[in-house]
Amino acid sequence: MATLKVLIVDDEPGIRSGIVRILQGFSVDFPFLEEDFTFDTIEVGTGEDAITYLDNNPVDIVLLDNKLPGIHGIEVLEYINQKNINTSVMMITSYASLDLAIKATNNGAYNFVPKPFTPQELKTSMESITKHLYLRRMTKKLNEEGKTIRFQFLSVLSHELKSPINAIEGYLRIMQDRQVGNNLEDYDLMINRSLERIKGMRTLIMDMLDLTKLETGKKNREIKKVDLVEITRISMDTMSPMAIQKNIKMYLDTDQPAVLLNADSEEIEIIMNNLISNAVKYNKDNGTVNCVIRSDGDKIKISVQDTGIGMTEDDISKLFQDFVRIKNEKTKGISGSGLGLSIMKKMAEEYYHGTVCVNSKPDIGSTFIVELPKNC
Amino acid sequence: MTTSDKKTVIIVDDDIDSLSQLTLHMKNMGFDVITGESQKEGEDLINKIKPDLAIFDLMMDNKDSGFILSYKIKKKYPEVPVIIATAVTAETGMMFGLNTEEEKKWIKADLYLEKGLRFDQLQVQVNKLLKQ
Repeated sequence: MATLKVLIVDDEPGIRSGIVRILQGFSVDFPFLEEDFTFDTIEVGTGEDAITYLDNNPVDIVLLDNKLPGIHGIEVLEYINQKNINTSVMMITSYASLDLAIKATNNGAYNFVPKPFTPQELKTSMESITKHLYLRRMTKKLNEEGKTIRFQFLSVLSHELKSPINAIEGYLRIMQDRQVGNNLEDYDLMINRSLERIKGMRTLIMDMLDLTKLETGKKNREIKKVDLVEITRISMDTMSPMAIQKNIKMYLDTDQPAVLLNADSEEIEIIMNNLISNAVKYNKDNGTVNCVIRSDGDKIKISVQDTGIGMTEDDISKLFQDFVRIKNEKTKGISGSGLGLSIMKKMAEEYYHGTVCVNSKPDIGSTFIVELPKNC
Repeated sequence: MTTSDKKTVIIVDDDIDSLSQLTLHMKNMGFDVITGESQKEGEDLINKIKPDLAIFDLMMDNKDSGFILSYKIKKKYPEVPVIIATAVTAETGMMFGLNTEEEKKWIKADLYLEKGLRFDQLQVQVNKLLKQ
């Protein structure tokens, strides 16, 4: 038998005592669990009191009214989310709108119970949140042990691979059924688009291989003195066809003819290729890319500045996650896997104990700064 | 706007290939097709046009763009059928659908379709929805 602590936040004493009555003597059991769960209730009447209580006591489940006299329930939820408090929240509210639902869901609320509710409705919801809580804690435990991360990554990956396959399959079926007639030229656009999507998949697979290298193999690393300036020049050469197309000028500014560090040259190539290709891809026509390399004591500082479309703070916060691509009007025609920067950052930080940071302003441009210790 | 008696469908999808294929299919079914490529464009379309059917991609500018659009169009025109089409499915990490009453309460769409549908399958589903 395990007891879960339930914090009831509602300004109506009648609702609070109603919930307490319903939960007294109520227990939840699951076929796959050995123990039953019962509930221990605490009541507060305002959002402020809820926060004070949550700051000082562990709580398993919060039943949260939205319309409260002071701060609203949704703000309590945001607080819980920001402070990363380990608790499951169920909103109980008579003012449920989808906007609130989406906001609450984005902030991690588990469920909604519209007021007024019957005892059975509350019990059903408690059952489901208890199960959710249990599973979430199990997942967290497994995550801490590194067991489920790969599965999550693969499920996102399969989604990313499915979109182009769906697109290509769709075009092939249209062609198979001769849906736009018998004139071959009318299918050219579909063929070109299919090839374009295949190209996108190839990029994704290449990035995946980089990532696999990152995950599996510190084994085959070949650490020796490598010249960062030379690698940067090669990266710039690789990107020059696209830069010429967009009339982008690339400059390399270094205080020494060669800047040496102990590293695996393939890994440094991955880092530099990602930085420079992004600076070109997300640049504007007729823009510039400024790459500055400075040797500073025992560190090397690389900064790659573009005059491109830039990002909002919100974009930046998501930038280094796997498969995240900033989607907006300006990035529409730009292809990418959403893995490049995440790989680059992992490599710089985990392999070289370096740091990566970014400054950016929408429509002005972005600067990525990577610092690597010379001996790592 | 159309002066014919053709039915109008709004399709909003940020994957241009998916959008052009859906457009072609719906045109072949005899619809007038109006398209948007982002949540924002979708919202503008909803404000301007009352279609006979709407098809929304799920993940666009936001992860729940399709839900937001379907909520907005249902608020304005509850009778317009809405299809959410997405590549996200249970096997690729989708945690919800239109399976329970509870989900139907907050996901306002009428039908949830997995992308990569064949033309004939889409036709059957659309006809079913318009007859209801």
